[in-house]
Amino acid sequence: METLELERIASQVRRDILRMVAAVNSGHPGGSLGCTDFATVLYFEVMKHNPASFSMDGIGEDIFYLSNGHISPMWYSVLARAGYFPTAELGTFRKLGTRLQGHPSTDKKLPGIRMASGSLGQGLSVALGTAASKKLNGDDRIVYTLHGDGELQEGQIWEAAMYAAANKVDNVIATIDYNGRQIDGDVDQVLSLGNLRGKWEAFGWIVLEMDGHRIDEIKATMAEAKALSGNGKPVVIIMKTEMGQGVDFMIGSHKWHGVAPNPEQLANALSQLPETLGDY
Amino acid sequence: MIEFEIFGNKDTRSGFGEGLQELGKKNPNVVGLCADLTGSLKMDAFQKENPDRFFQIGIAEANMIGMAAGMTVGGKIPFTGTFANFSTGRVYDQIRQSVAYSNKNVKICASHAGLTLGEDGATHQILEDIGMMKMLPNMAVIVPCDFNQTKQATIAIADHEGPVYLRFGRPVMPIFTKPDAEFVIGKADVLLEGTDVTIIACGHLVWKSIEAAKKLEAQGVSVELINMHTIKPLDTEAILKSVAKTKCVVTAEEHMIAGGLGESVAQVLTRNLLVPQEFVAVDDTFGESGTPMELMTKYGIDTDNVVAAALKVIARKNA
Repeated sequence: METLELERIASQVRRDILRMVAAVNSGHPGGSLGCTDFATVLYFEVMKHNPASFSMDGIGEDIFYLSNGHISPMWYSVLARAGYFPTAELGTFRKLGTRLQGHPSTDKKLPGIRMASGSLGQGLSVALGTAASKKLNGDDRIVYTLHGDGELQEGQIWEAAMYAAANKVDNVIATIDYNGRQIDGDVDQVLSLGNLRGKWEAFGWIVLEMDGHRIDEIKATMAEAKALSGNGKPVVIIMKTEMGQGVDFMIGSHKWHGVAPNPEQLANALSQLPETLGDY
Repeated sequence: MIEFEIFGNKDTRSGFGEGLQELGKKNPNVVGLCADLTGSLKMDAFQKENPDRFFQIGIAEANMIGMAAGMTVGGKIPFTGTFANFSTGRVYDQIRQSVAYSNKNVKICASHAGLTLGEDGATHQILEDIGMMKMLPNMAVIVPCDFNQTKQATIAIADHEGPVYLRFGRPVMPIFTKPDAEFVIGKADVLLEGTDVTIIACGHLVWKSIEAAKKLEAQGVSVELINMHTIKPLDTEAILKSVAKTKCVVTAEEHMIAGGLGESVAQVLTRNLLVPQEFVAVDDTFGESGTPMELMTKYGIDTDNVVAAALKVIARKNA
């Protein structure tokens, strides 16, 4: 897909995110806005998948797990815009009876979601399990995951990281949303990750880096990651992003991690993001 | 005269190992995961015969549960194996989100449950696991009574769609269920029919209750004994049918009173038919090092405790 077209989709996804969280005055816009460009490229350019006929087992399809489940508004918008369910359903986000739960779940049967997430640190293990299942099934598609950088403070991530390299798992591509922010402030101040690239390399992973807001760079890096898979080593991409990307008064601050804009702030934010595909 | 045919003496974990081995031969979707306790869980036979379907996770139980959940996407039926303590308390949140809430077809198989783990002491003797697991929506909780039943239960849970917690143990105990007895999840086995008291037991306490029933019989007490191998979904019908006759209940288990089989039974009685109940279970304390049988005696979950509880509950009924 043309870069310009992907940028148009991303603009609409950002509008969806802001309108969804503002409508219920809750949810997590900061990280959602920061990961929009990545997920747009993933779903509209990189992955082989079947939005029209979702199957839990996803045989013959690439699979994505959102390990940092709190940025669900971004995922829901991308899934709807990709055709998994009607965009009108985005208006039910976080409301009683919705399939679009505050954090992703499978019990409401929303197409596109294969595992609940929200309690952090579990998605990499889940991805390794599905990757093993694909190998047993002779299915050569790839399992993608996204993680917050703060999430890497969870010990389970490193259990999974150790397992993957030791067992030569080479059909998983993990991406880290490296925005340097978490609820209580800068990651460096809350609990520094130290030399993050060095940590992943020491755990035996191939490490790539990319700017998570340059569509061309995301496309090229994802292609490189895919080319590197299948060679006996897991691949991780450290993706530099800004929390709140796309809205001038939200960008770069942890304060918008889990706070919704008020009506005036929403109007201001939407004025900065062209409505390209039509609001839901 | 109460008599049971005895088919030998074995540990329930070996029943799990044989069941898993059989599943390996007949169901290509069954996969095994173990956190560095392959020998203790008796998973070696499955590992040897199905190396591609066996996953050595290392001492990383959280990763094991997450991977098991992920393996179900693609149609695998994962059986995870480690001690009961590390199968539940250590990974409760992983089970809650990725297995129970996500309703994945994972079988959490837990050995060395309860006091009868023995000499390793309280750090490893979990007595809260039934409670933790039965509180999770979607989770079935199964505590088979002997080697044969554990083998049959292991085979049966592969055909049950959804999360299962299967609890078994380490000590060598008499085998008194038939090798080919069908295991039906959620359907209690009435082992003895009687009229004075209903004893509802699970796991190792079923054998202790058989011994207790013999002693009670010698005192002229007629015991109805129910092997409640499935704690959830609970066979409410079997409980009420028996209690309507005997009008009093003893529950017996290798678990805390809080959260155990007895508590589940009490809930059924409170809602339907209020009769006296006594609990043979551990009363809000941790265990300690010792032989399995010494510990069962010291912590009040032995044959004589079942006998005393039965006499007490009958006296309450008749008061």
